Amino acid sequence: MAKILLKGNEAVVRAAIEAGCRYFFGYPITPQNEIPEYFSKELPKVGGTFVQAESEVAAINMLYGAVAAGARAMTSSSSPGVALKQEGIGYISKAELPAVIVNMMRGGPGLGSIQPSQSDYNMCVKCGSNGDYRNIVMAPGNIQELVDMVIEAFDMADYYTNPVVILADGLIGQMMEPVEIKQPEVKREMPEKTWALTGKNGGEPHRIINLNLDANELEQVNIELFKKYAVIEENEQRYEEYKMDDAEYAFVSYGTASRIVRSAVNELRNEGYKVGMIRPLLLWPFPEKAFEGKDHIKKYMDVEFSMGQMVDDVKLACNDKHKVEFYGRAGGVIPSVNEVVDFAKKVMGGAQ
Amino acid sequence: MAVLFEKTKGMTDVKTHYCPGCTHGIVHRLVAECLEEMGELDNAIDVSPVGCAVLALNYFNFDGIQAAHGRAPATATGIKRVHPDKMVLTYQGDGDLASIGMCEIVHAAARGEKITTIFINNGIYGMTGGQMAPTTLPGMKATTAPYGRDVSLQGYPIRVCEMLSTLDGSKYIERVAVDSPANVIKAKKAIRKALETQKAGLGFSLIEVLSTCPTNWGKTPVEAVKFVKEEMIPYYPLGVYKDSTKEEE
Repeated sequence: MAKILLKGNEAVVRAAIEAGCRYFFGYPITPQNEIPEYFSKELPKVGGTFVQAESEVAAINMLYGAVAAGARAMTSSSSPGVALKQEGIGYISKAELPAVIVNMMRGGPGLGSIQPSQSDYNMCVKCGSNGDYRNIVMAPGNIQELVDMVIEAFDMADYYTNPVVILADGLIGQMMEPVEIKQPEVKREMPEKTWALTGKNGGEPHRIINLNLDANELEQVNIELFKKYAVIEENEQRYEEYKMDDAEYAFVSYGTASRIVRSAVNELRNEGYKVGMIRPLLLWPFPEKAFEGKDHIKKYMDVEFSMGQMVDDVKLACNDKHKVEFYGRAGGVIPSVNEVVDFAKKVMGGAQ
Repeated sequence: MAVLFEKTKGMTDVKTHYCPGCTHGIVHRLVAECLEEMGELDNAIDVSPVGCAVLALNYFNFDGIQAAHGRAPATATGIKRVHPDKMVLTYQGDGDLASIGMCEIVHAAARGEKITTIFINNGIYGMTGGQMAPTTLPGMKATTAPYGRDVSLQGYPIRVCEMLSTLDGSKYIERVAVDSPANVIKAKKAIRKALETQKAGLGFSLIEVLSTCPTNWGKTPVEAVKFVKEEMIPYYPLGVYKDSTKEEE
């Protein structure tokens, strides 16, 4: 298929429809408004349903109902809106239902700004609702990855019966790049949705439970959830290594921030620095394997559009917090390549 | 020997957790009987609330899901949009529907979602132990209104049927009570009418049921029924508040 030029937010819609998503529930918030707008235009053409919910809270709970009913469905929002969805995401996680949630992050905290940011790492990767649970979190760095990840997210959600969060930012949402809409490379055997609310049709009723009053029973639910999470941690660690073969120093960066870091790596390489980048493609499970066998790396340089959130996972993954340095800009400010290069030079000293 | 009464197939044999004198059991039965009589038990999906009826899905012998507090109408919206041919109902108490979930119920009604809501109004938070509800009567005692609800400080009760009946998406709205055999029969007719409204695809329907909570009211079951009749019905008049089913058909 030929490449087409798409804005990130529109690409989400095209990808979701390609993946068989026929239901979208959302509420307006900048910088992701093209997603509900484009869905409202496109879904009726494919027999789908768009509902503009009365709130983010309602939208996530509509999604809970739609996925419980067995459909492929999604919602999208941006940081403050995703904060409102956290409770519902917890319910969907507890009920072990497949759902896709897109977060086009903007500056925070509070109402924050409408500029791009990565300050929802903790909320989305560490999971912001009550209780012990995990969501699969994908971090696209360009529009093609966004398309591929959205399409695969529906498969992963169905396969693991678990929410999948696409953690992108306003830059990804707003910029245009040529993309190809294609089916995922990984083909999974999809389990049948025997649990779906479809009416009991002569059989036993389907019951989707969110309350276990018996503590031992609920502990067992938690144990089963974490057995599933262990499988995901084993199967789904994904990352890109960029110029890491002979690297002595390594940036760690994800999403749009990694684009700036990539340019910084190129610039520093031209000046003779042995530097590369580890780029997590999924943030949960965090790609700990990327840090294995890398004791020779002198410093990890974590760069984020935040005051430092992923940096905690980098410290755990490399198992030496003294090796980890951080540089970030917050509130929607995007660092320049020069800033990142200067930060790296300070860390590396004269180590060309 | 002729069979005069049989338990509906719409209820399981699970023993309910409801207190003696609580009318949840009656309302569950009426809903289940209506669905059975309509031949809809295979097609029905219940959305249970947070509150005393959170376990209703264990008692109903049809599909069910437990929603977040107040969000049952949103969750039901998601289910109904995926399965427009199924019977989708929410079963909510007054804290769930009229306090934390007011936004969701108003907008589900405004959108004319083709769902049926059974709204249990007993003027109190039951499951959490008798706190003041949005429907607690003026002067009525609750654990968070120990001196009785003072409307100058705690505001006035909300009349849900009156409010929702102003919305064009609401097609059938009725308030009933289950304080007497005659009213129980009327309540069943109302529930049947609401479910028929959904089945005909006309729009949103809601039946408010004035119910008892002897435990948290500090009354015997007999006193509780009397309280519904003498105190609640005068504040929350029974009757049909909206019926546009004829115009729609």
